[in-house]
Amino acid sequence: MDLRYSESDEKFRTELHAWLEAAVPAHGEPPAGNDWYERRDYDTAWQRKLYDAGYAGINWPKEYGGRDASLTEQLVYYEEIARSGAPYIGVNFVGMLHGGPTLMTEGTVEQKARHLPYILKGEQVWCQGFSEPGAGSDLASISTRAERDGDHYLVTGSKIWCSFAQLADYGELLVRTDPLVPKHKGISWLILPMDAPGIEIRPLRTLAGEGEFSEVFLDHVPVPVENRVGKENDGWRVTNVTLRFERGTAFASEMVQLQQFVAELVALAKKVTRYDARAWDDVALRRALGHVAAELDALWAMVKLSVCESTKTGVPGLGGSAIKLYYTELYQRVSELGMRVLGRANLSREDVAGLPNEMVLGKELNSISLAIAAGTSQIQRNIIAERILGMPKEPR
Amino acid sequence: MDFQLSEDQKALQAGIRSFCESRMPKGKLAEIEHKNGFDAGLWAELAEMDVFGLRLPESDGGVGLGNADAVIVFAELGRRLLAGPLVWTHLAAGLIKGAASGEVVVGGLDLMGPESGPLLVEHLDQLDALLILRPQGVYRVDPRSLSGRPIAAPLDPFTPLHHVERLPEGELVLGPAEAERLRLEGAALVSGQLLGIAESTLELAAAYAKERHQFGRAIGSFQAIKHMLADMFVRQEVARAAVYAAGATLDDPGVGDVVRAVSTAKIMAGEGAMKNARSCIQIHGGMGFTWEIPAHFYMKRTWVLESVFGTIEEHADRCAELVERSL
Repeated sequence: MDLRYSESDEKFRTELHAWLEAAVPAHGEPPAGNDWYERRDYDTAWQRKLYDAGYAGINWPKEYGGRDASLTEQLVYYEEIARSGAPYIGVNFVGMLHGGPTLMTEGTVEQKARHLPYILKGEQVWCQGFSEPGAGSDLASISTRAERDGDHYLVTGSKIWCSFAQLADYGELLVRTDPLVPKHKGISWLILPMDAPGIEIRPLRTLAGEGEFSEVFLDHVPVPVENRVGKENDGWRVTNVTLRFERGTAFASEMVQLQQFVAELVALAKKVTRYDARAWDDVALRRALGHVAAELDALWAMVKLSVCESTKTGVPGLGGSAIKLYYTELYQRVSELGMRVLGRANLSREDVAGLPNEMVLGKELNSISLAIAAGTSQIQRNIIAERILGMPKEPR
Repeated sequence: MDFQLSEDQKALQAGIRSFCESRMPKGKLAEIEHKNGFDAGLWAELAEMDVFGLRLPESDGGVGLGNADAVIVFAELGRRLLAGPLVWTHLAAGLIKGAASGEVVVGGLDLMGPESGPLLVEHLDQLDALLILRPQGVYRVDPRSLSGRPIAAPLDPFTPLHHVERLPEGELVLGPAEAERLRLEGAALVSGQLLGIAESTLELAAAYAKERHQFGRAIGSFQAIKHMLADMFVRQEVARAAVYAAGATLDDPGVGDVVRAVSTAKIMAGEGAMKNARSCIQIHGGMGFTWEIPAHFYMKRTWVLESVFGTIEEHADRCAELVERSL
């Protein structure tokens, strides 16, 4: 049971650290507000820099141009990325974390060649077309239809919660290809070219206001049959490959950032006052901050344990559900603490009187989505109870 | 980095687990209860299993293992609610002759925390030696020199208590830095026991949820129960990671802040044990409120373990201080 990074891990850290120290400030501040096209340019330019420096696709195999770093090097990578304040994975998280990895395991040689190198270089942005207004937690009940028409499918239906759909080049799309069989058995996984005719994209206003999400409406959209990944009606299995990646170490950098956020809250608590004293002198608040700091350390240890255990199997295990569940609920407790440290100043979403409102409120509002996206906390609990603890299934 | 149980550690865990299961089968608890929590035969066997001499160097007759190994062993002791001053005697190995071999039973009192309540000494009648941790150092006291009133109704039936009015100063055997170290190691070992409780209460609850039927179905098929069990699983896993990390960090202080790692373990394992023990009782419904179902013993032992080597509150305060210092 050894927590020490190896010499080669530390060598990797030193090199990466040196590169980030120069590259991050040189890349400048991210574009403010909601100019998503500027955001695309900023994020994809960063991706290109990662690529040129040999750090793109840290967990991608070498044959697809990735770094194929060991799992512990990946942990080092996430730690350093977070500590250096490097840009968030950004507009192409679907391509890098879901679409790309799915093509690697399920795609044809042509599909891989057409997409993987471009995703990696930041030249191809992907979005996700899984959820529908009528199919959220029960994802397999999707009703978007794909009807075969020669060498094309004609796709009709609507998708929701598509991040960055308005600036994506491709979408990973789940469609129903056979409505007559049980719901899991009639689904196919398609690569949707976002410039195909019949696609309408409407931005979705979330509780955080304008944001990255859109609804996507599809009206007889032609998709070549060669864009199907996996066999027809085998899309549910293909989907689960993707979902497994989603529950792996995808949040690692954010966890390290959250540790830094707690330190920032401590600094903030020493600045703001309560009862004529510093908020930091409030024992209850201080204890709560110490408590979440400990929880974040425990979470990071849990990630290390899970990563080291999965080196044997090669795939992220079911334990990812426990990590996701714990991380998202802890994130919410931390961001609520942030709101309490700010006090009434938290009524302003923009910085006021030198306080970091934008950051704190950004965390608070964003935290709400974490326990819903990529399988709600309730779904994660079902998974843990049924697949890990062996409880009988719900009637479904 | 290879942060998982090594093959040797898996074998160590399996060995101590099968020992505990054979010596503490279901029903044994009632028997031990009538012996005030102490079974001299079992104590001798634990010594033979090297539970006390585990970390003592081989040159001193021990096994020469580390804290990471010790927390694994203590998790197994916690799982089966083994009683007696296990942690103190383990800490005393090498310090008090005969502790490692089980011939001398060593108890202790931790007076380094912020609390100054009544002095309650555990297992006093069984003790051959008593260690006291004070900020000034580690003191040794002859337990026979203490006059104390036995507590007729201790919360944990396996942890008898004496209320001691006055404590002699005792003989200074180690300095303040060593007192601090023993307290950290003690906290890590107790965290191991608490992890074991978090695990076994989940095991008990999950088994009951599968076998107990209401409304014509196993209660484990209801989401209300499933979600409680899932939360128990998460607490168990978080506690496991924190406890292992504390052991590994004590063994190799270069990988992190030892104090912070131990505090994190005591917080997470303490909460995991307490909340899982409560959920275990709740999932057992009315049966959980009976003496017969052992769920309550886990909750009661958790209170005993929570009270030593720093409470959740004390450790959270310490973590806050450490974050402040790191700014």
